[in-house]
Amino acid sequence: MSASGITRPARLSLGPIQYYWGKEKIIDFYRSVETTPIDIVYLGETVCSKRRSLRLKDWMEIADQLQSVGKEVVLSTLALLEANSELGHVRKLCANGVFRVEANDMSAVQMLAGKSDFIGGASLNIYNSGTLRKLVDMGMTRWVMPVELSQEVLTDFQQEMPAGIESEVFSWGRIPIAYSARCYTARAHKVSKDACGYCCIDYPDGLMLSTREDEDFLVINGIQTQSAKVHNLVHALASSTAGADVFRLSPQSEHTPEVISLFDKVRQGALNADEATDKLKALVSEDLCNGYWFNEAGMASCSAAGAQ
Amino acid sequence: MELVCPAGNLPSLKAAVDNGADAVYIGFRDETNARHFAGLNFNDKQIEKCLDYARSHGTKVYVAINTYPQPGNITKWERAVDQAAEYGVDALILADIGVMDYAAGKWPELRLHLSVQASATTHEAVRFYAEQFGVQRAVIPRVLSVKQVEALVSNSPIPIEVFGFGSLCVMVEGRCYLSSYVTGQGPNTFGACSPASFVRWSETDSKLETRLNGVLIDQVNKDENAGYPTICKGRFVVNGETGYAIEEPTSLNTLPILPELLRIGVSAIKIEGRQRSPAYVAKVTGVLRAAIDACMRDPENFVPDEDWLSQLTSVSEGVQTTLGAYQREWQ
Repeated sequence: MSASGITRPARLSLGPIQYYWGKEKIIDFYRSVETTPIDIVYLGETVCSKRRSLRLKDWMEIADQLQSVGKEVVLSTLALLEANSELGHVRKLCANGVFRVEANDMSAVQMLAGKSDFIGGASLNIYNSGTLRKLVDMGMTRWVMPVELSQEVLTDFQQEMPAGIESEVFSWGRIPIAYSARCYTARAHKVSKDACGYCCIDYPDGLMLSTREDEDFLVINGIQTQSAKVHNLVHALASSTAGADVFRLSPQSEHTPEVISLFDKVRQGALNADEATDKLKALVSEDLCNGYWFNEAGMASCSAAGAQ
Repeated sequence: MELVCPAGNLPSLKAAVDNGADAVYIGFRDETNARHFAGLNFNDKQIEKCLDYARSHGTKVYVAINTYPQPGNITKWERAVDQAAEYGVDALILADIGVMDYAAGKWPELRLHLSVQASATTHEAVRFYAEQFGVQRAVIPRVLSVKQVEALVSNSPIPIEVFGFGSLCVMVEGRCYLSSYVTGQGPNTFGACSPASFVRWSETDSKLETRLNGVLIDQVNKDENAGYPTICKGRFVVNGETGYAIEEPTSLNTLPILPELLRIGVSAIKIEGRQRSPAYVAKVTGVLRAAIDACMRDPENFVPDEDWLSQLTSVSEGVQTTLGAYQREWQ
């Protein structure tokens, strides 16, 4: 349901690949996505600027190809910028002239404001309508709610939403929990980030961090920390009152097309959310969670949505 | 280079002022600031006393309103801005764009600083806040190397404040959901990391365990000290090895690089620790005051005094210190 009052079907988006994959794997992945019912694809490296499997030119080729098969393409910027060279890269993305950009940090907003429409990523910290309106005035046309906020908060936002602004929620995948200057994958290999040897390429779905009671707790992904549990809001997609226009699915190295297909079936009403959750659970080895959506601890699974 | 010191209560404020703080930063007694702990921070009456004391000694007072209000509760943050403005404080330390927009619109004369919780790590991000809201100083996250701080300072339209000492956030501030993932309450929304109400200490036959909302954060032998279960300082298992996978219990200490920070043009040094005791504030403020004075007198020949270092180490987490991200090898 958008703020304009016109109800249109929920759309599904594919978030940027969070992990470090090789060039062929990335290209194959997006080929496999072309025939899926995903509506929007976010492209680009958002975690670590040292990961350079693809150059901007390669990303633009993938973007053109996806657009040619009818997908809306968005280029996503790095979430944590530290070096001037990284700013330079973001500047190039912002000036690409073809595709909209998802700003994942205020540097990107500063470059886009008043020049191009943009999407405000989850790490921009849009926690209230005052912040949202200010960014809308600068050209933001869609925003991604911070992952730790609930459906209740989204509903509150909807009361004061400027017309035509789309809301997107992180609906499937490991939750991005934190970013750091330190690379934890390198730390696990007992080397510093500068000497990382690109070791995160060996962990296409990240590196598990468990408690000493052998409970899967977090996933290390270079400088990013993720939840070990897989966030699942397929029940929100099935509900007419969720309040989101776009549901974001986060890529994993395997089964992403199946995940897209299951979410699509739920969207079409061809599968109920409980059945979908059972099938989704079979695709991952970790537990599911949805606590944030219910204003609980993020790792919790609340029965109203059936994620266990 | 200004020395900015923490004060969680009036005795701490006096300790900071008496030991040479140029400015103190405080918060109101609610979730509008990032140290929302029971018994900490200031109500109306206490703020007046605090301002009187600081002013009579020529020390500035900054008020941190640096958490993120949500659609239903923004008036509480706006009221905090109004209150601080009416008291005539020297600056507000803000993180949220909505709150900044309100403050800049309603109190155009009031000086605004960007909180570390706003996660601004580049000169472009800093420029955004300076241009949009007239922010006059930015506190930057503990993620940049000295060289990167230098580049930021030289390109920034406004002065830069950095952390000089105290507990170390190893994640970018303002974007860390570790605490809310485990407990539902985190720095951005609730103003606290690993809230005490979720902490459980328990004993087994030979071990002492610390848990946060049921999650085992650390386990030590009974004769060892068990630290507070901050998630990023816990011991976990990665690739079959048990250890401090994220960071050890340690505090940031920049004394060894003080001349560098001065040379590259850092405008202010902040001490972390509004939740710490007046004794901590007195000790750390005194050491940093002496060190900054010595460094400014003769930066070429500055060497941190052994006594200063041991005093700082004695109040550090895990009784050890680090240069953190300032030093590339740490990263």
